[in-house]
Amino acid sequence: MFFCQCVGEENWEDSRTVYIGHKEPPPGAEAYIPQRYPDNHIVSSKYTFWNFIPKNLFEQFRRIANFYFLVIFLVQLIIDTPTSPITSGLPLFFVITVTAIKQGYEDWLRHKADCSINECPVDVVQQGKVVRTQSHKLRVGDIVVVREDETFPCDLIFLSSSRYDGICYVTTTSLDGESSHKTYYAVPDTMAFRTEQEVDSLHATIECEQPQPDLYKFVGRINIYKDKEEPISRTLGAENLLLRGATLKNTQHIYVCMMTNDSVVKIYKAVINTVLKYAWQWSPDRDEPWYNHRTEIERQRHVVIRAFTDFLAFMVLFNYIIPVSMYVTVEMQKFLGSYFITWDEEMFDEELGQGAQVNTSDLNEELGQVEYVFTDKTGTLTENNMEFIECCVDGMYERGLGPLKTKKEYEDLFFRALCLCHTVQVKEEETVDGIKRGIHQGRPTSFYISSSPDEVALVEGMKRLGYTYLRLKDNYMEILNKDDEIERFELLHVLNFDSVRRRMSVIVKSSSGEYLLFCKGADSSIFPRVVSGKVEQVKARVEQNAVEGLRTLCVAYRRLSASEYQVACRHLTEAKLALQDREQRLAQAYDIIERDLVLLGATAVEDRLQEKAADTIESLHKAGIKVWVLTGDKMETAAATCYASKLFRRSTQILELTKKRTEEQSLHDVLFELNRTVLRQCSISGLSVDCLDFGLIIDGATLSAILKSNQEGGGHGNYREVFLEICRNCSAVLCCRMAPLQKAQIVKLIKASKEHPITLAIGDGANDVSMILEAHVGIGIMGKEGRQAARNSDYAIPKFKHLKKMLLVHGHYYYIRIAELVQYFFYKNVCFIFPQFLYQFFCGFSQQPLYDTAYLTLYNISFTSLPILLYSLVEQHVTMETLKREPSLYRDIAKNSLLRWPVFLYWTCLGVFDAVIFFFGAYFLFDNTTFTSNGQMFGNWTFGSLVFTVLVFTVTLKLALDTHHWTWINHFVIWGSLLFYVIFSLLWGGIIWPFLNYQRMYYVFMQMLSSGPAWLSIILLITVSLLPDVIKKVLCRTVCPTATDRAQVTVFLW
Amino acid sequence: MMPTSYEDGHISVSGAGGGSMPGKKPENTAFKQQRLPAWQPVLTAGTVLPAFFIIGLIFIPIGIGLYVTSMNIKEFQIDYTGVDMSSPCYNCSQNFSWNSSRPCACSLPFYLDQPYDSNVFMYYGLSNFYQNHRRYVKSRDDSQLNGNQESLKDPSKECEPYAWSSSKPIAPCGAIANSMFNDTLELFYNDPNGSKVQIPLTATGIAWWTDKHVKFRNPGGNENLPAAFQGTTKPVNWHWPVYELDSDPENNGFINEDFIVWMRTAALPTFRKLYRIIQRKNNMVPTLPRGNYTLEVVYNYPVRSFDGRKRVILSTISWMGGKNPFLGIAYITVGSVCFLLGVVLLIIHHKYGSRNNIAT
Repeated sequence: MFFCQCVGEENWEDSRTVYIGHKEPPPGAEAYIPQRYPDNHIVSSKYTFWNFIPKNLFEQFRRIANFYFLVIFLVQLIIDTPTSPITSGLPLFFVITVTAIKQGYEDWLRHKADCSINECPVDVVQQGKVVRTQSHKLRVGDIVVVREDETFPCDLIFLSSSRYDGICYVTTTSLDGESSHKTYYAVPDTMAFRTEQEVDSLHATIECEQPQPDLYKFVGRINIYKDKEEPISRTLGAENLLLRGATLKNTQHIYVCMMTNDSVVKIYKAVINTVLKYAWQWSPDRDEPWYNHRTEIERQRHVVIRAFTDFLAFMVLFNYIIPVSMYVTVEMQKFLGSYFITWDEEMFDEELGQGAQVNTSDLNEELGQVEYVFTDKTGTLTENNMEFIECCVDGMYERGLGPLKTKKEYEDLFFRALCLCHTVQVKEEETVDGIKRGIHQGRPTSFYISSSPDEVALVEGMKRLGYTYLRLKDNYMEILNKDDEIERFELLHVLNFDSVRRRMSVIVKSSSGEYLLFCKGADSSIFPRVVSGKVEQVKARVEQNAVEGLRTLCVAYRRLSASEYQVACRHLTEAKLALQDREQRLAQAYDIIERDLVLLGATAVEDRLQEKAADTIESLHKAGIKVWVLTGDKMETAAATCYASKLFRRSTQILELTKKRTEEQSLHDVLFELNRTVLRQCSISGLSVDCLDFGLIIDGATLSAILKSNQEGGGHGNYREVFLEICRNCSAVLCCRMAPLQKAQIVKLIKASKEHPITLAIGDGANDVSMILEAHVGIGIMGKEGRQAARNSDYAIPKFKHLKKMLLVHGHYYYIRIAELVQYFFYKNVCFIFPQFLYQFFCGFSQQPLYDTAYLTLYNISFTSLPILLYSLVEQHVTMETLKREPSLYRDIAKNSLLRWPVFLYWTCLGVFDAVIFFFGAYFLFDNTTFTSNGQMFGNWTFGSLVFTVLVFTVTLKLALDTHHWTWINHFVIWGSLLFYVIFSLLWGGIIWPFLNYQRMYYVFMQMLSSGPAWLSIILLITVSLLPDVIKKVLCRTVCPTATDRAQVTVFLW
Repeated sequence: MMPTSYEDGHISVSGAGGGSMPGKKPENTAFKQQRLPAWQPVLTAGTVLPAFFIIGLIFIPIGIGLYVTSMNIKEFQIDYTGVDMSSPCYNCSQNFSWNSSRPCACSLPFYLDQPYDSNVFMYYGLSNFYQNHRRYVKSRDDSQLNGNQESLKDPSKECEPYAWSSSKPIAPCGAIANSMFNDTLELFYNDPNGSKVQIPLTATGIAWWTDKHVKFRNPGGNENLPAAFQGTTKPVNWHWPVYELDSDPENNGFINEDFIVWMRTAALPTFRKLYRIIQRKNNMVPTLPRGNYTLEVVYNYPVRSFDGRKRVILSTISWMGGKNPFLGIAYITVGSVCFLLGVVLLIIHHKYGSRNNIAT
């Protein structure tokens, strides 16, 4: 921030000096510092061919989970453990390989993208000739020729243009999303250069500060050396700097000097996986009884080593509590689950021919947790397609294009006013002899360009009404009127638009010699200056239109006598020539000129809302999501859109936090006053159900003031907290006049607030990219303004309305699915491992596994894996229709409600309870008795198989109890995996397997099934294990049902 | 992750597989649109109530049946460890040495106060004996026990330190085999007329059929066992080599049923193993009539070093096995709990059900 104050000061700290054309300055001027700037090579890929395997492995094992499994695997390799190393090595190998292939493929795509950018051709001036080279070979200081419609390959200083006035037009669509043309000015001293040779002869250096993240701030200085004279210094501002990624328009070619380059840094989102560690204290081993001696080698080991290996063995035995398969399943669920988004027919847009895209599947469940939605306005909420809707002339109004029944005089003036009072430029098709042809063939070959889309809409609207603005030629504006006659007006002065006055005017001289001032502007700025005209009718109409969300403008005029014109003229020229306070004096001059107006009428322009945008926002509100609109637009327009999109309702109390207000009061006062309002209201309405909802409007300037206050850490306390407090109590917030980086700052601010809410940013333009990257979930709209947003987003959807289904249906489903997946996995492994743990008390803490190795390995891989995977893919606890109809169901899962400690604790307790039931059920059955009718005894493997059978059935049936959506696949998988278990066990025990060195499972399962009490106890234990969960479910549903429960029952009753 | 393709300015990333996206409308299949027809059950009090009552009504009778069956089973236990001075086996337990060639014998009198009618199963029980210790459980060579010649000569490493003895392979190797229970138990009925009648004990049918006939096999058939076991040595703690376990060739060597029973490691540290079966002779006389008996023990097996206990159990068997009231009681309890819960739920359902209906 510091450079704002030190413009013109000599020593910038982090300044860089650029030598144009790589020429040294004349000796004595300054020491020549050899330049060491990197070339313009862009690297967004992570790996090269050679470092892929080591680097990727390193990256993967940096994930604590993978590392943990690697350690387990190594432990199993090194020491003698209860289970074979294959049981954990194989899944780990699988996970690592799959991830490596996936990441390798993604990186290959990135390589391809980088390549196409780096090899994009660029023309460089070298030794007076234009040389074509590749983008990545550009060096700082090169002089580059950019032609029309080319994109700037790097940040450039504008030296000279093919236009004689030394300006060029640029669109920064891909930077900030504004599709209008912006004017940039060449450095005055180099403006005259026309040819490559001339440009090449330039001998100058540029000093500037280091590259800034702020797009609109640039301070620099150019020193031009001419033959042995003192260097001429000129200041460089943002108007000389062409930013990388912008596109040249309306100008044939320009010469520019390369300034900076930035390597593209992609932000990788990594879901941080937490690992629950389960450590069990080492338990002292029993002494060796005579029947069970250690081997000599074992005996010779030091007691500490023995203790340590025992500890490791325990760790291996219990490591199943977090199985590798959980990661595999979660990854698979996310990967496969995201296909449902791409497959969704309802999110397919016929017009675009595209459906939703998923760029990362890591965040599916976060779609169900969104608390804040940050949306761009133009192109996201609206179509970005202004349309002239209505004009109201002298109190009579007409929608569309119908004839107006008003006085001819007013009508003529009104239309002329609209045709003349603007700053629209005409872009003509060059090949055609424009004018006539365009009109006669009924299709425009010329089109209008302006920094304000409204003006274009108005001029185009006029064209449809019969008054065509043709062009501005030699200061004469030409209009083709209804009767196909060309009228010419001399343009004398343009009183430019500014956001304080909120109006603009032109002074023209008609062909008849009359001086006319036409003024158009916001109603609030026009009405006080009107002296005659049907003010009341127009006012009523304007208000009516504003309510409908139309953008309204009032039009007025004033006839100036020659003497009046002279006075005005003098005022203006004086002000323009002023060296100090020019702005202020201009404003004063405008103020004097724009008065005593005669009201002509009003217009209404519509930036049509996207289809169902209002419905979507309403649903999001009902779902408890706070919607913030972040826009670069001015406040009034944005507010109108917000009303139209039902972000603000009639009942919403609007709080303003704008520059206008902070100029009157101090920021401190405004903030605290608003805070008081909000808090008072909430404490009053705390009891009543209908809490008055607040809407906040804040503009960019105020926001940066708030943010800055914190950085300085100044005396007036922390505005940031107060601001957040206000925001928390507002259901809707509108941020207008935002720079792209400010959008990201806002998102960051909310993200960092103490509740750490999940944020979602949605936008369509490149100006939204920063916030899309900043937010937890970034959604890009595949809009008109390029694909930057869609590419940088996590998800891309064709229209804003699809956000509703994305969050309320897909997000909700994914959340409950992943929540169940994670908890169920934990539960089933508690059930699995806890009996093992209990068994240690009965086997002398010898780490004897309760289950056979095959069971240990296959439990998570095949016996219980498919049902939960399928559940996590297709479960629908409530139907899609219900979710869409009742957005409030989204509140039931807000704040991670299904993965919070109480829920987690419940699952753990249930797991422990079930494990205790399994183990002690089997224990008491085996307690010192036989349970066959031939008196033969069963051994430890039968004991384990009994526990395992009950375990597999219980956890599978528990999932069946949780399943609310039984498709044939669910039936197939659930009953199928139980059947598979039985068949597998029969086979496993049915044969002497020649490749195994032990036959401990031989006939164990069948012997168990031949015993009646075993059957009875299996049934009993399964029943008892499931009982608490059933009771909990029924009681919760009956005693304190959630909205989801109610919705389920309602559907059920139907 | 998704194959995607973008066209924008100079930058284009095109994914493999998917090719160009536009115009590719997702298929309208029930699966892809997540609209598969589905049954959507909801667990409400209404649906669960009948289930509870049914479970209650089924479980309670089963439980009663199991309990009664268990109560009808007769079981008698006698501890012959010889810990107390008063015990006849006290001397044997004190003077134990592995090398003593002369076996120590003791006899314990006991009285059965009711006749045992059907087949009686005679078990020996050990306590505090960790047959399920990890080092113990895996200390065996199943391949050797299955008659594999190579394993006979070169036992698996798992058998260590019971694999080799004086540079000869041990058959059967491992800690389990080495520690085989080797007490001899004989039962005598003290006839009221003063004579001592030995009760015939059947030593076959005590091991799983599959174990005896498939899993355990002698090397080179059951004939001429001493030749088959040539070059091997007996387990260190055994008095006789494995081919002298029994005189019956069908019950000798690895397929000796006592040996097979021992090799099936018990699940818990207190366990019993089937020793002999007392077959019922005819329907007229009870298998074991009421009266005085004597248990003659050849005391070979030391348990005092690890605080163990030895006992003999005589038990009749029903279809549900030995005496174990646990299952019956559990069934009765669970059935009653279900029934009670059914009633509670019915009340709750009645109270809250109407309220919820209004709310929805």
